[in-house]
Amino acid sequence: MTEILESSVTGSGVSVSDPRIVRTINLIWREADLLDRKDYSAWGQLYAEDALYVIPIDTSIEDFDNVLNLVYDDARMRALRIQRFTEGYAISAVDSARTVRTVSRFVPGSASEDMMTLRAAQILVAYKRGTYDIWAADVDFQIRLGDEPTSDRIVKKVVRLVDAEDMVPAAGFLL
Amino acid sequence: MTIEFTAGNIHDLAPADLVQGDRVAGRIYTDPEIFELEMKNIFEKTWVWVAHESELPKPGSFKSTYVGRNAVIVTKDRKGAIHTLVNRCRHRGASVCEQRTGNANGFTCPYHAWSYSLDGKLRGIPYPEGYEGVMNKEDMGLQKLRTESYRGLIFATFNQDAEPLEEFLGDVTLWADHFLKQGAGYPLKVIGTQRFKFNGNWKIQLENTTDGYHFPIVHRSWMATVDAETADMLSFMTDPESTCHDLGNGHSVMHMVPEHIDLDVDDGTEPLQARFDGLVAELKQAGVDDVEIRKLVRSMHGTGSNLNLFPNVGLSSAFFRVLRPVSVDETVIEHVALGPDAPPEIAEPVIRERMRIHEHFQGPFGFGTPDDAEGWARVQRGAQASPEMPIMVNRGLNREYKAPEGWVTSHSTDETGMRAAYAKWKEMMSND
Ligand code: FES
Ligand SMILES: [Fe+2]
Repeated sequence: MTEILESSVTGSGVSVSDPRIVRTINLIWREADLLDRKDYSAWGQLYAEDALYVIPIDTSIEDFDNVLNLVYDDARMRALRIQRFTEGYAISAVDSARTVRTVSRFVPGSASEDMMTLRAAQILVAYKRGTYDIWAADVDFQIRLGDEPTSDRIVKKVVRLVDAEDMVPAAGFLL
Repeated sequence: MTIEFTAGNIHDLAPADLVQGDRVAGRIYTDPEIFELEMKNIFEKTWVWVAHESELPKPGSFKSTYVGRNAVIVTKDRKGAIHTLVNRCRHRGASVCEQRTGNANGFTCPYHAWSYSLDGKLRGIPYPEGYEGVMNKEDMGLQKLRTESYRGLIFATFNQDAEPLEEFLGDVTLWADHFLKQGAGYPLKVIGTQRFKFNGNWKIQLENTTDGYHFPIVHRSWMATVDAETADMLSFMTDPESTCHDLGNGHSVMHMVPEHIDLDVDDGTEPLQARFDGLVAELKQAGVDDVEIRKLVRSMHGTGSNLNLFPNVGLSSAFFRVLRPVSVDETVIEHVALGPDAPPEIAEPVIRERMRIHEHFQGPFGFGTPDDAEGWARVQRGAQASPEMPIMVNRGLNREYKAPEGWVTSHSTDETGMRAAYAKWKEMMSND
């Protein structure tokens, strides 16, 4: 937890040392670890049934329903994506890049008893066959706190790639 | 006549000799000198796709893109004429526009502020005294390509002597007309563009748009995640109605869903897919009549064909697939999604659904594209080895026939479309 700046306070007035934010960050780091280890089944468990996972092309907007995105996954699509990543037919997933990511520069947004929003920086390095690709993004999280930390769930994740409108490599993994 | 590739001759054969009817040499994917010649003999000689008219909706609209490796700006001027201008200042070469799309009165170079109008004319030079008697402003406009369009499909060429666009397209226009019917009575418009790159030669992608053979294999993972009706619609592997035509000039068309080749032909027996029940209900609610709803819904997956144009665009089922060669082993692809330019109560639900269908398969995180890209990257890597061993494009030579229209035809899983493209490539690469 050393990356958290105790003094960091945002306009929302919520400090990153707020216990609710600490729980939120723990969940985000758990997600990052599961994705780097490609444990997609466990990863899927971190999402609420009504959750949305989006990688937009237009990074300046909030409504992704009426635009074309790179990823727009509700529960149904998320389940299919996990199936695709795990069942062994998808040649890009079977032979996917190894990834290492860090998620940091947390900025708390709104906080209520059970709903937190947070934005963060994510730097991911993907390595495959001698080539390193860097995937840099601002990530927005919305997280619903449960009765205890193990029941905290991601309700919304939006990965705003710095080069979303440009050409990125085709990926066999998830951001 | 056929030249056999051997370890002794393969590095010395002229580029045009590396295409031999039923086979091509791996060198055409890997030799940087061949790539240079392709840029000159193909991408700077023939008609290259640059835009769809809906991307230039009003006077002043512009779009930045490429013709081969040349950055260009496609503009619509005040009178509605479309221009393709090289994005390079005539003073000392700076790019004059770094915006992907937008609306402008013209372009001002950021370096010394020479300014150009939408049709490329040099309009203003700051402190012009230094040029008095030195040069004529009239001669210093942005370099202009020839630009022509067919029903909203806009192409440009550096070659002022190129044949008219419609001549270049030839029988393609018939199939482009079919493609455009997926607007279900409305014009088509671009509803979004996904971009990605892969480490491989551009021709590997060109081949792919006419490669029915890979579909159930590479896209098995996508097939496993769609409804049974959609999977069934795309089970063309042994369907004799599913054919591919060589249309001449390097172009070809491959029919993957024969019953949707012409969306106007509908005997009413085909049930609408259950996955669109929600959409149907929404359109009904909006007061759209049943005939129009049926038309819109039957068009959701686009047309049943992939129309593959040489050298850089596929009118592929429901979208445009545009390729851009960057270097011998690097290619950028755009997947341009389309929808009907209809009143909002129709366009919004239909386009929303089309976007979700597109995202499911296409783009760098789709369930289809990454697997295609992996296949292409593997071709690029594999083709480095044993350069004398040919890449085979002979599938279906035993069952090719001439259709009544004169098109050499075979099954959609055959390599007729690739042979068509390579015959054109060979012809253009033979030119001095
Ligand atoms: S380089 Fe454009 S004005 Fe000088
Ligand atoms: Fe494919």
